[in-house]
Amino acid sequence: MPNADPAIHLDHVSRNYTMGETTIRAVNDVSLSVAANEFLALLGSSGSGKSTLLNLIAGLDRPTTGSIHADGQNLAALSSLELARYRCNTIGMIFQSFNLLPRMTLEENVELPLRLAEVEHAERPGRVREALERVRLTHRLGHRPTELSGGEQQRVAIARALVNRPKILLADEPTGNLDSATGEAILALLRDVQRTLGMTIVMVTHERPLAERYADRLATMGDGKLLGGSESAKGTAQ
Amino acid sequence: MKPRDLSDLAFRNLREAILRNALTTLGVAVGVASLVAMLSLGVGLQQLASKRLSQSGLFDTIFVTPKNNFRGMGRPQREAGSDKPPRVLDEDARKEMEKLPNVVEVYPQVRFFTEVRFNNKPFATVVAGMPDSSKNSGSFDGMQGNFFSSPGANEAILQIEFAKDLSDKPASLIGQELILRYAEREAIPSGGDSTSPGGGFSVVPKELRLKIVGIVETEPAAGYGGYGNARLLMPLATASTLRAAQVSDLRDIVRDNSSNKATYPSLSVRAKSPSHVEALETSLRSMGFAAFSLLDASKSLRTFFSVFDLLLGIFGSLALAVATLGIVNTLVMAILERRREIGVLKALGAADSDVQQLFFVEAGVMGLFGGFLGVFFGWGLGRAITMGTNLYLKRQNLNPIELSSVPWWLVLSAIAFAILVSLAAGLYPASRAAKLNPVDALRYE
Repeated sequence: MPNADPAIHLDHVSRNYTMGETTIRAVNDVSLSVAANEFLALLGSSGSGKSTLLNLIAGLDRPTTGSIHADGQNLAALSSLELARYRCNTIGMIFQSFNLLPRMTLEENVELPLRLAEVEHAERPGRVREALERVRLTHRLGHRPTELSGGEQQRVAIARALVNRPKILLADEPTGNLDSATGEAILALLRDVQRTLGMTIVMVTHERPLAERYADRLATMGDGKLLGGSESAKGTAQ
Repeated sequence: MKPRDLSDLAFRNLREAILRNALTTLGVAVGVASLVAMLSLGVGLQQLASKRLSQSGLFDTIFVTPKNNFRGMGRPQREAGSDKPPRVLDEDARKEMEKLPNVVEVYPQVRFFTEVRFNNKPFATVVAGMPDSSKNSGSFDGMQGNFFSSPGANEAILQIEFAKDLSDKPASLIGQELILRYAEREAIPSGGDSTSPGGGFSVVPKELRLKIVGIVETEPAAGYGGYGNARLLMPLATASTLRAAQVSDLRDIVRDNSSNKATYPSLSVRAKSPSHVEALETSLRSMGFAAFSLLDASKSLRTFFSVFDLLLGIFGSLALAVATLGIVNTLVMAILERRREIGVLKALGAADSDVQQLFFVEAGVMGLFGGFLGVFFGWGLGRAITMGTNLYLKRQNLNPIELSSVPWWLVLSAIAFAILVSLAAGLYPASRAAKLNPVDALRYE
């Protein structure tokens, strides 16, 4: 169950884009708290602003107005370099299209965040193995992403997101490119990670039934706004 | 990122688009090669010129005369009036000069007009004594026959035009003998009467048999001064012992010559290198002699070559400038191709500076490899030009020359320049890649 101290807190966050003379409010005055160790599913149709919200939490984008606090840091106060360090050390990200680098082996893909975090060379093989063990892919260290199935690729992406031991995992439609059985396996893996490692997860998805079964809480977005607060999910699936 | 990770990723990226990057690197190499080839020709020509000139004895030799000497060559007397009585150039003075620092040798000019008999026919010519050091002056490179067997040998080397006068087949002269007829000075002892002008000499005709050991095509310039170009050369030591009457002897009679020692009309002082000439000139002047050298001429020669090198460098750099555009083009293309990858790197925590450095290192590596390859190509091009030139020279019966030279400073500065230029070319692509918005980049399919 979630702790009382929020891991992520959004206070009246808006993100506007100007296209020509019109202003698009991709995220419109959203206030939201995610508790530590909580698994939040962010639902909504495409264009509802959920991915933009995730990018704001990831520090890949900055809000037009409002403030975001994550892991005790005020993202607005961070410089571009500090924001990069935040992404490197506090955040792990997974994507719908996996975004593994096709030229690198699994091992090298998972090692990439360790390079960016300037982890000592001697420490790296152990960390990579540990992350791949968690997603049960140690037997395919030398393979390239294209030699793997979609589900396996997403598991590698999860290993890559975990290798720097972040506190927050952000997942953008992680099951979007997978069949339902594989998608379910990935969500089970995410829940397992959340419980065993004590991580906070924010997952963007439009698959409500899956979210209901694996997430602790659901929040729905429409037209850039949070619709009708949030509801507790059963989180019943094992 | 750590430097090792940075270079690791950069090499990986370069390997990925191997053909394009290899072609870009080749472009840099061609640019560097043209620069190196141009400059190596400039350096080679400069070395050739200064080697020939320094060997010729023109730039490391100081011409020393007594101060009151009317040299009659139209040269201005450098030193104005002095209270000290003018010193005579005698053996003592010569020994004193030899002891000066950085002096290789001090030798008199022995040149006289005389008659040579060959096959009982008389030939008039100028004879000059050659110091033993002139063997290495380059003037005798490619001569027929040999240089004098010893510094005091009774041997002669003929200038080709003179040899042609003696025989239709100049080469056949080597090994034959000729007779040198000359006038020897014989001093007339002073009568002990202090009022008589005293001294003077009588001239006694003498003969000396000389063996022809070589024929030389150029006209060796043993220093300068004297009169006319010598067409018969003999060892200086042999020529000195002849005590042949020279033009300057007449002047010695008129001069009040209180000592009966032999005096020299002039001496040539040879310095270890042209850089010592200036200091030596000063010390020779302070000894009470007039000194003259062609150092000023060599200075303007150096100025000429710096301008020449600069021009060659500018033309050589043009190809490198084109290669620079190639690097910019390749890296900008790489940004478009690797847009998504840059987005992923940023999402995983890469700072703008990491992405910038990655592109920078890639540009630098292309510059490094292009530089190495270019120096090699440029050296080869210089060798090819030298070989071609020598082939031509050989057909013209001329001696081969070393036309191009690639010294270490040129190798190192060419590589450094290639890297520097490549980094400058990487400046724009790297900053563009660094500024790439990760959200846009990740959305890009």
